[in-house]
Amino acid sequence: MLTDLSAWAVTAVVVLGALSVAAGIAVFVVDSMARATFALLASFLAVTGVLIAFDLDYLAFVTALMMTIEMAIMAVFMIMFMMNPAGLMPMTMVHNARGSALVGAGAFVALTVGIWTIDWPVGEVTRPADSTRQLGEAIMGSHMLAMLVIGVGLFATIISGTLLATARGRYDRFGADLRAARPNDPVPGGLPR
Amino acid sequence: MSAELVLQIVLTVAAALIGVGLFGALSQQSIVMIMMGFELALNGVLLAGGAAWYFFAPDRADAQMLVVVALVVMAVEMAMGFAAVIAAYRTRQVDMIDMAADLKG
Repeated sequence: MLTDLSAWAVTAVVVLGALSVAAGIAVFVVDSMARATFALLASFLAVTGVLIAFDLDYLAFVTALMMTIEMAIMAVFMIMFMMNPAGLMPMTMVHNARGSALVGAGAFVALTVGIWTIDWPVGEVTRPADSTRQLGEAIMGSHMLAMLVIGVGLFATIISGTLLATARGRYDRFGADLRAARPNDPVPGGLPR
Repeated sequence: MSAELVLQIVLTVAAALIGVGLFGALSQQSIVMIMMGFELALNGVLLAGGAAWYFFAPDRADAQMLVVVALVVMAVEMAMGFAAVIAAYRTRQVDMIDMAADLKG
């Protein structure tokens, strides 16, 4: 069966795929962490382009938005915490590069052998008129349980992320034995336990 | 070009992204760079999920849900990773995992 994709779309998918891998390799090659961040963003945007070629406009849009903001946050984090974020001094910050390269290459080879030896069940398919509507109906219908679990997981992430990142824990507020009647806050008015 | 060939090319790209991401996550010392390795591997999962939807079963939303789940995993990983970076840096000015090797159990 021939693909529904036009010749232009196939070319775009191949070029964008190559671009995403090249940008992905650049992440771990460039000196500067800021450049690495933007290389990762380029890799994500290339994958976004492939998703658009596959008629997954909504997921592509979400990916592009999320990753652009995420990489901006990551750049801020690097400037805040990391040494040498601008890469002004050439330095390598790797350990066990040889073993890691072997594991990475091994995973790639194992997956590729599988990909090119499996007889994929590609046949006649019926395409939905609107993939976004299909996803929305699945989220609100047959796949609602998955979305419920995702929602709870994201909520747990908000709570635990805030707990981890907060500077003052309960021992700072209520003393080592947690017996203080009022919390010792820089700005009074915090809730008691 | 046959659909199977395009699918195989796309999946090979996804496998390459996963391999490079795995290399990065295992080899980098900086905590943020390790997170970037994970993100790159998940990028490959996004691509493979999109290809699975387009070529196997576009009449069902299952593969689209897989992509949504991969996106959520990315968001959770980044949020918890950044929170852990802040916690580690605040207590001992650690920004490389080798400096926190005594946490190894």
